[in-house]
Amino acid sequence: MKIPYYPGCTLKTTAKPFEDTTKAVSEVLGIELLEMPRWNCCGTVYSLASDDLMHQLAPIRNLIRVQDMGYDRVTTLCSMCYNTLEQANQLVKGDPEKLEKMNSFMDQEKDYTGGVTVVHYLTLLKEMGFDSLPVKNPLKGLTVVPYYGCLLLRPEEISIDNPERPTIMAELLAALGATVVDHPYKLECCGSYHTVDYKEVVCEKTYHILSSARKRGAEAVVLSCPLCEFNLDFRQKDLEQELAPMPILYFSQLLAVSLGLFDALGFDQHYVDPEPLLKEKGLLR
Amino acid sequence: MIPKISKETTLLDKTEELSGEKIFSCHKCGKCSAGCPVGTLMDVRPHQVIELVQANDWSVLESRTIWLCASCFQCATRCPKDVDLTRVMEALRLLVLRENFDHIRISEISKEELRELPPVALVSNFRKCTG
Amino acid sequence: MTEDIKTRMIKVYIMGREYEVPEGLTIMKAMEYAGYRFIRGAGCRAGFCGACGTIFRKKDEYKFRTALACQTPAEDGMYLTELPFVPANKAEYELEELTSEPSIIVSLYPEIARCVSCNTCTKACPQDLQVMDYIQASLRGDINQAAELSFDCLQCGLCAARCPADIVHYHVGQLARRVYGKYVLPRSQHLKERNDEIKAGAFDQEMEKLTAMGLEQLKKLYTERDIEK
Ligand code: SF4
Ligand code: SF4
Ligand code: FES
Repeated sequence: MKIPYYPGCTLKTTAKPFEDTTKAVSEVLGIELLEMPRWNCCGTVYSLASDDLMHQLAPIRNLIRVQDMGYDRVTTLCSMCYNTLEQANQLVKGDPEKLEKMNSFMDQEKDYTGGVTVVHYLTLLKEMGFDSLPVKNPLKGLTVVPYYGCLLLRPEEISIDNPERPTIMAELLAALGATVVDHPYKLECCGSYHTVDYKEVVCEKTYHILSSARKRGAEAVVLSCPLCEFNLDFRQKDLEQELAPMPILYFSQLLAVSLGLFDALGFDQHYVDPEPLLKEKGLLR
Repeated sequence: MIPKISKETTLLDKTEELSGEKIFSCHKCGKCSAGCPVGTLMDVRPHQVIELVQANDWSVLESRTIWLCASCFQCATRCPKDVDLTRVMEALRLLVLRENFDHIRISEISKEELRELPPVALVSNFRKCTG
Repeated sequence: MTEDIKTRMIKVYIMGREYEVPEGLTIMKAMEYAGYRFIRGAGCRAGFCGACGTIFRKKDEYKFRTALACQTPAEDGMYLTELPFVPANKAEYELEELTSEPSIIVSLYPEIARCVSCNTCTKACPQDLQVMDYIQASLRGDINQAAELSFDCLQCGLCAARCPADIVHYHVGQLARRVYGKYVLPRSQHLKERNDEIKAGAFDQEMEKLTAMGLEQLKKLYTERDIEK
């Protein structure tokens, strides 16, 4: 399968391991990711004001670039990019007048026709069937909790799963052989962009989310958002409360491990190094 | 800060216009406040924000609440009356930001933090906190 | 020149006031013809220095346009003014203390995260640079691309004057090129070798001989030098 891939700024910087492992995995799975030759920041977080078109230009410009590539689907990894691109997409699909205004403003681009769909990479995997994944190195003995956060699931119109009872990541992780436990904070916001201006709020959320996961026996938290990753991982360094270090992993990293792809894991880019845990479980080569 | 626009319109009208939400649809069940991940840290709880807007009380713009909201859409998903409070919060922030006001001072973020923070954090924070 | 070939005159509006100027002049010359004297806002007069940023509108056109005054012909009915300077804060840094890590540019110019991808900067650029793309490349830490895309920037500031996100593009591009030059581009091996030779004193004797020479001797040496073909 060939599909355009929208990276997003953070996948090129702090979340490089997320991208690298996904690329490695895609190759094995026969997903040909066509990285967009030209793209701009998605403009997250999606602007909610009814009269604000300026902040919708960024996502729509990216969809125009997908259209220019001659495809009608684009996949992305970052929850926030996914959310922004798809919300903007739905906005213009449902409001031709706004689309027309934006098209005429972006007079150097071809008009966007509303024909592109944004598909999160998890959805792509699900379409292919988690059971068909060629798992070589099952994650036996590893207990994890999936953490969805907000933007994969909300608002409902763009949700990749049931917004209150999602199972997609749990299903994936179970298919990889991990023991998956549920926890009540799986949908709870990590404090998001307040990591810039209210760090203490993010620390508080991080502590609650991670200690609850720990209580339920989780040894690692698995997610799909580079901002959640930063908050849950790097903010552990700023916690006031005691908390044993909890490794935070992108789902693609565990997927790579389970497929026996160890070259691009990028664990050195994490604050809490997941390597000792995975080694202890005998999951690394 | 009470914006200049307060001389020309009511808070209720302007909020409804910007958010596209019907503020009086709220029947005060409080689900929004119950589910809000940062609700306990707010000076005005989410359902009280609605009350203040209903009462045309511009002082809601001086609350910590509108800046603490993390745009997580939890309230929007759970409201039984389909009031999208996430949009209401955005409208209230914009009433302030559109006066060319910044809620945060970018120049005060340390170089060390800036080198460590992911771009997605800066982009999203500046979208919600700078005008 | 015969009497009946007359230069056609056109009307331009400089800062709102009407002037008649001969057709075919650049905006800069038209302004001088009209009596303006440039103390700021003119430098090379050849499209290289970026001192003469100009904003204008053409007759019967809604578009707000930008250009270099020394490179753009004045047209009949133009409304214009020069914009010789755009206030822009420059980040303070010691190049020696920087690195080429992806967050380096955004750590000095965090406001680039405010870019809304409106592309207004690109439209404003008289050098036809992909200004938005170099800002975007900077945001995602692609220093190579930011440096390459901004290479022909003249620092005229027109992009910065137009940006709704208050970004100072040309300083951002300059930083990218500096980091690129210092930390990304491979060091030139022969330059390093020659530097080492100099430091080791390989040319000291020759230098001493030269500094001891008189002017006439030096001139002779210069005219008789070997010229590598
Ligand atoms: S990038 Fe900006 S400063 Fe540089 S030449 Fe273009 S408009 Fe002028
Ligand atoms: S003018 Fe400013 S906001 Fe618009 S694309 Fe250029 S840098 Fe971005
Ligand atoms: S005067 Fe130097 S570019 Fe115009």
